[in-house]
Amino acid sequence: MTPFSQHLGVAAPLLRDNIDTDTIIPSREMRTVSRTGLAAGLFAPWRYTDAEVRTPNNGFVLNSTDYDGASILVAGQNFGCGSSREHAVWALIESGFRVVIAPSFATIFKNNALRNGLLTVELDHSGILEMLNWVEVDPQRHLVEVDLEQCVLRHDAALGPTPFVMNPQSRKMLLQGLDEIGLTEQSLDSIAAFEAKDRKRRPWAHLSGD
Amino acid sequence: MAKTLFDKLWQEHEVETLSERESLLYIDRIFLHERTGSVALNSLLECGREVRRREHAFCTMDHIVDTFPGRGDTTLMPSGKDFIVATRSATRETGIRLFDIQDPDQGIVHVISPELGIALPGLSLICPDSHTCTLGGLGALAWGVGSTEAEHALATSTLRVTRPQTMQVRFEGSLPQGVTAKDLMLFTIRELSAAGGGGYAIEFAGEAIEALSVEARLTLCNMATELSAFTGLVAPDQKVVDYCAGRQFAPSGARWDQACAHWQSLRSDPQAHFDSKKTLDIAHLKPQLSWGTSPQYCIDWDDAIPLAGDALNASDSAAWQRMQEYMGLAGGSRLSDYPIDAAFIGSCTNSRLSDLRLAADYLLRTGHRVARGVKALCVPGSGRVKREAEAQGLHEIFLNAGFEWREPGCSMCFYAGGESFGDRARVASTTNRNFEGRQGIGARTHLASPVTVVASACAGYLTADATV
Ligand code: SF4
Repeated sequence: MTPFSQHLGVAAPLLRDNIDTDTIIPSREMRTVSRTGLAAGLFAPWRYTDAEVRTPNNGFVLNSTDYDGASILVAGQNFGCGSSREHAVWALIESGFRVVIAPSFATIFKNNALRNGLLTVELDHSGILEMLNWVEVDPQRHLVEVDLEQCVLRHDAALGPTPFVMNPQSRKMLLQGLDEIGLTEQSLDSIAAFEAKDRKRRPWAHLSGD
Repeated sequence: MAKTLFDKLWQEHEVETLSERESLLYIDRIFLHERTGSVALNSLLECGREVRRREHAFCTMDHIVDTFPGRGDTTLMPSGKDFIVATRSATRETGIRLFDIQDPDQGIVHVISPELGIALPGLSLICPDSHTCTLGGLGALAWGVGSTEAEHALATSTLRVTRPQTMQVRFEGSLPQGVTAKDLMLFTIRELSAAGGGGYAIEFAGEAIEALSVEARLTLCNMATELSAFTGLVAPDQKVVDYCAGRQFAPSGARWDQACAHWQSLRSDPQAHFDSKKTLDIAHLKPQLSWGTSPQYCIDWDDAIPLAGDALNASDSAAWQRMQEYMGLAGGSRLSDYPIDAAFIGSCTNSRLSDLRLAADYLLRTGHRVARGVKALCVPGSGRVKREAEAQGLHEIFLNAGFEWREPGCSMCFYAGGESFGDRARVASTTNRNFEGRQGIGARTHLASPVTVVASACAGYLTADATV
């Protein structure tokens, strides 16, 4: 996983609540048994007027030249709700996003993001509006800086840095770009010890291998 | 110290405490399906890792397979066959049990896992699928994860999990006649909102819950993810014990007795502390129907659709407006003003035998048939449901009334590019998601119980009036 420490980029506003993973990447856009080939399907229902032939919807924020190259997505509450498809995260990353900022995230999405190095920042509604007011003046120049070392966002210098809260464990994983499976493999002994005890405590929970 | 059911389940599975809020939890069962599971298995194989306990891992074909009679590997979904073939070969390579297309026990993952006794009270179970919370209806600690986490569980039999807070939702009163667990859950989401359960493991309690059948509890917990909850739970009782007895992967003999003894302890202690408590009065609950594109936008079926102008604030008002445009509805009108194009009975929410029975009973009682111009589908959740339904003659009732009778699978619960109800089709549906495009590009989904869906199919418009 790519480590994450700081990022400076164009922030694009998509301030709807409850944006679901079916919208982020529709099922029909997940065409291969892999984690790639998803970028063209990102937000397909909103981004195209006809997704089949990819006719762009000019009214959609990510199609506007103002937000060209956006790498920070700013959304409404409960972002990433619905289906557990990790493809939603993969599609965002493949499209160049490194950060999503929203008042809240659906848990599975947040976990998926963490495991792929996509940073999710929780920021309250007023903090978001404050930031966007400044960004919207000139999105290509008014870049937002996300600093995971310090756990702050920097945008309008007049306002000073905006702190955000991050679970220390998640922060460490992102900063170091840790492979979680590798990390847990260091605990294989305690897992085996747990199992040995558990077979006595809950024998019924263990199926026998053949 | 008094503990909640969730506290007990968490503690029983805790291998290591990683930080104040995060633990390494033991995962008793892993279920995969061809849509997201194939990615996890492939990735595991690419990294040269093995499935740590393959006897605890299972896989089914449900999402992409066709549900047409006589189906094979070919599906209407472009590239669908690739997923099926890849899943088959990855499960073979890793040695995990696959319920393949022709397997008599194949079906929707959350329907077959309790049916086969793979999900049991007190077990932890994960699946790369958000509706895994369904199994909380048995008193299992079950939740949906992404593909990478599934891979983690396959490789290590554990997951690193941030501990959710606990919530109790207590229902006051008992469910009125003709009102189902689906209505109860749609109402709960309407009251708590689609984000209302975010960060919580929710235990459902109250007389009405005790009175629910096990299948109805599965329906209830199925939609805990629509509250954004970590999972839903119902404390297991004798009904659950009876339900699990004799299932293929359930314990037997002395182990069964040990299991039953253990399950007795799986309930919240009387003084247990919940981080949040909600009480909902359901004594006068009416059948629910959704009007928007999030499950929280439900109304009593005969109420007026809200006016966008009546929303609490400007951003809600704009959202309602947009939803009503997508749904082709006008605020202030009634749902019964709108003819439907299709009716769908199926999905992990409502495709079990008792759901089919409810719908079939309506058809028998009224003698009604599907209205002209309405495409109506009944898709049993599993091979077993289908067999049992056919043994009771339910398929004939559906077929005679004008329903299609399909092979088990997710079918048109979601649209993957294959079969669809068509652009702007209005669908009365027993599924769990009414998102834009969920059942096909432009499709307008109205979530409801099997009774409401069958009544609407016969009336030709949205209704829960069983006397129509
Ligand atoms: S029936 Fe629908 S909601 Fe349930 S697992 Fe299948 S696609 Fe998902």
